[in-house]
Amino acid sequence: MNWEAFWLTVRLAGIVSTLLIAIGIPVAYWLTYSRWRWKFLVEAAVALPIVLPPTVLGFYVLVALGSRSPLGRWWESLTGHTLAFTFEGLVIGSLLYSLPFAVQPFAASFGAVDPNLLRASASLGHSPARTFRRVVLPLSKAGLVTGFALSFAHTLGEFGVVLMVGGNIPGVTRTISIDIYDQVQTANYSSANQTALVLLIISFLLLSVVFGLNRYGLHRSPWAVGPWR
Amino acid sequence: MSSMTEMLAVFLLLTGSCATAQEITVAAAADMSAVLPQLAAAYTKKTGQAVKLSFGASGNLTNQIRNGAPFDVFFSADEEYPQQLIADGLASNGTLYRYAVGRLVLWVPSDSPLELSKLGMQALLDPSVKKIAIANPATAPYGRAAAAALRHFGIYDQVSGRLVIGENVAQAAQFVESGNAQAGLIALSHALAPAMKNQGRYWTVPLDAYPTLNQAAVVLSRSNQRDAARKFLEFLRGAEATSLLASYGFSLPAEKHPSGERVK
Repeated sequence: MNWEAFWLTVRLAGIVSTLLIAIGIPVAYWLTYSRWRWKFLVEAAVALPIVLPPTVLGFYVLVALGSRSPLGRWWESLTGHTLAFTFEGLVIGSLLYSLPFAVQPFAASFGAVDPNLLRASASLGHSPARTFRRVVLPLSKAGLVTGFALSFAHTLGEFGVVLMVGGNIPGVTRTISIDIYDQVQTANYSSANQTALVLLIISFLLLSVVFGLNRYGLHRSPWAVGPWR
Repeated sequence: MSSMTEMLAVFLLLTGSCATAQEITVAAAADMSAVLPQLAAAYTKKTGQAVKLSFGASGNLTNQIRNGAPFDVFFSADEEYPQQLIADGLASNGTLYRYAVGRLVLWVPSDSPLELSKLGMQALLDPSVKKIAIANPATAPYGRAAAAALRHFGIYDQVSGRLVIGENVAQAAQFVESGNAQAGLIALSHALAPAMKNQGRYWTVPLDAYPTLNQAAVVLSRSNQRDAARKFLEFLRGAEATSLLASYGFSLPAEKHPSGERVK
């Protein structure tokens, strides 16, 4: 069991799912309440990582954000290094990769709040922002937890993007899934077995929390779990 | 019940291998990814025999073969992996053929300020080199060669923090070709390939800096097309094939490198 890779991956997943709460709530808010006629295009863009192969994302991070592109050069002048082969690079790749796993449960739970409650709040003189904070967010607790847990679990299991842009550096970009891959490729099955089992158990526990929450949850809101609402 | 059986039949029909009896499947070390498609095309043109190619790190391919991958021939980037397969009864001893000696080069993009011809390996100590791409030493012979060469020149400890590890030597080449790494220890065959030829410069690492990459091929025991596979290996001994290999920087083991006979 490679604990260095394990904690690195937990740190990556923790940072990514926390950032996705901050990024995902405004995006989900907009997706829920906007009446823009082209909104479906944004919805499609947010959902893209569910269907795109991770290699597409990896390719873009490597080439479009590499030192040959204007964006990559800008990043390099800012930080002194390219995005590839760094922990930040993995964070950015994972943010994109796990975005729908946070945004979709958020948006589903926001959308499930009874509009009468919103009208009641407005009629009592509260601003939309205050209504969102005091009415929608508390009623969406289970959706927020689901989004956090799903994006955490999804980042834990990330492989393709990391394989393409990570560079397999111990303690920096060698995540647990890469470690398992290396163990298997070197026929080190007992070590791969241990690590795989740990990952399996953690993923199962996380999903159990998500589904349990929806079954007996914080609120009995009728929204579906996950990105497949 | 019968509908289940029908569904299963349809499933098997749809998913069943479409490989014709004629096709041979070749697993090859990643350093062959530029030259082998050309060799295979030349062979198909000559004999009508279709050849399917799969590339990867030699260690990964060996592991796949151990787990029953349906390959007919295996082109390794060293001789150890084929020998292991022979020892385990997964490849036939009589078919082992050392088809080439692989060469390791230090490669930098055209716009790199490094003076390779003057500094050689020491160029890697330049502070502008933030990342050095190598293949994974655990699974790729070129990765082991790169690590050995860095140790040979006494700079391994100084640069180890800057190594980025490609899954195989082709990915290591791609890391440096894309500009994400500033230098790479890659296969000469990639440096000479059309895709990279005009993109950078290289310095050939001397042969005494790393164990010779005696690249060997074997016909796999599980193959049901061992004769067809053997014929493909015979084609590799011919003048047409050896000159194509030579144009990608591969030499024949016997002619120039008597030390290449050293076998573990």
